[in-house]
Amino acid sequence: MINFWYSFIDTVLPFQWAELDFMKNALLAVLLVSPIFGMLGTMIVNNKMAFFSDALGHGAFTGVAIGSIVGILSPVLGAIAFSLVFSILITIVKSKSRTSADTIIGVFSSIAISSGLVLLSVGGRNINKYSSYLYGDLLGISPSDILMLLIAFIGVFLLWLLLFNKMLLISVNQSLARSRGINTIVVEIIFTSAIAVIVTVGIQWVGLLIINSLLVLPAAAARNVTINVRQYHLLSVLFALFSSLLGLVLSYYWNSTTGATIVLISAGIYFITLALRNKVG
Amino acid sequence: MMSTKHSGCCQNGCFGLCCTKIENFGVTFGKTQVLKDVNLHIHCGELTAIIGPNGAGKSTLLKSILGEVKHTGELKFMDATGEKSDKPLVGYVPQHLSFDTGSPVSVLDLFMASLVKAPSWLYKPKGIRKKVEDCLAKVKAEHLIDRRLGALSGGELQRVLLALALQPVPHLLLLDEPVSGIDQNGLEMFYSILLELKQNFDLSIILVSHDLDLVLKYADRVVLVKGTVLASGTPSEMSRNEMLLKTFGMSWFNDFTDKNGRGGGNR
Repeated sequence: MINFWYSFIDTVLPFQWAELDFMKNALLAVLLVSPIFGMLGTMIVNNKMAFFSDALGHGAFTGVAIGSIVGILSPVLGAIAFSLVFSILITIVKSKSRTSADTIIGVFSSIAISSGLVLLSVGGRNINKYSSYLYGDLLGISPSDILMLLIAFIGVFLLWLLLFNKMLLISVNQSLARSRGINTIVVEIIFTSAIAVIVTVGIQWVGLLIINSLLVLPAAAARNVTINVRQYHLLSVLFALFSSLLGLVLSYYWNSTTGATIVLISAGIYFITLALRNKVG
Repeated sequence: MMSTKHSGCCQNGCFGLCCTKIENFGVTFGKTQVLKDVNLHIHCGELTAIIGPNGAGKSTLLKSILGEVKHTGELKFMDATGEKSDKPLVGYVPQHLSFDTGSPVSVLDLFMASLVKAPSWLYKPKGIRKKVEDCLAKVKAEHLIDRRLGALSGGELQRVLLALALQPVPHLLLLDEPVSGIDQNGLEMFYSILLELKQNFDLSIILVSHDLDLVLKYADRVVLVKGTVLASGTPSEMSRNEMLLKTFGMSWFNDFTDKNGRGGGNR
């Protein structure tokens, strides 16, 4: 499979940056990850959940810490399990409590990141080897990691096919959704779990510090210039793909961190669309 | 799961025979009893308005009818053929939108998300546009089909949400009227559309309102709620009700007494 991809790239992209295997891997990875981010982002932005997805990133970091220390299965599976529990817990507490959602998310987020840091450093461990989780290392991705991204890609796509209408209605008004027979808490938990899994899988490649920008920026840019959900999704995915590809190539020539380069390009697109916004109406 | 017309009520001219009964509703949040012993009997083709001061439990009552808030007591529905059901089809018109108003979600998107299974972000099923236009025509809002939800005025949004609540035609229509954001013309238009629909579809309507003047003008029955049902009756009965005047708040009381030439209170 992966060899076919390598020879395919050699034929269609005979450029210097695409010669090395790790660049081909990274290229495949961003082609899978950025559409997911673009799609999830639309709903995160609609629901004003940017802070929430940021907190999930912190939860994922702790998950990775627990996963790598306990290490019963692979670190990633441990991390995913923890992030799932974390996200479901926030969702339930948020829906039961009457405290402001911001406060609850803030509390959970800081507990997560600090317990992750304590776990990784306790007993004088060297915390530096985990720094890749902070900045990410997209060029270090392996074919087996890509397989995991492919599974995540299919999962999110299926989720969007089956549940998007329901999620849209819930985002418009919860009571309205319930009056139309939607089990809102179940749908919400599935949605936040999906974000949690994607963030956990993605955090090692793009890093805790910027993963949220990748989720939020393409959708935030797309919504500036669109008026219905089809345009919104199309542009969000295109913006995500474009900035990921350009960011990957530029980071190769600039020798810079790939994830951060991608985010800077997304941010550029965001400001362009913001300027266009008034013209579209 | 949902038919486009509910059985019974509209046929055979059986006006007033189907009804919804709310029996002994009570709601408790933690240790606070928000509602107790609420009994309401709602007939088809009648607009029942629920009024009361802020924090009186009006919205809680709506939410408990929707089944969203745990409550004691029973909700019973009986259609014109005498068939009973404890889960009537409820249409709900919310007070406001909770999502980000800048979102690119059009009126058509909202209807597609509610009415069809096909994922609305991927494609538009054939014929859906015509169907949605027909729905919107009922509330004189066909022209709003491609507008973003967040770009609608308060009155337009309320009409669009009403059209959605009527698809499929519900046994019971619940409306939570916005506190502000709708101008007087918009309100009058909304009420006249509501009256027309009430007659055409023989609807049972429960409306939570903050505008006593409009309620007295358009409702068939007015229910004063403050923790429980304090008083209920026709608008003309209720406009003479001391309890209503005292509980509903000084400002309206003053207006009312001003209009009747007796002078205002202290404020």
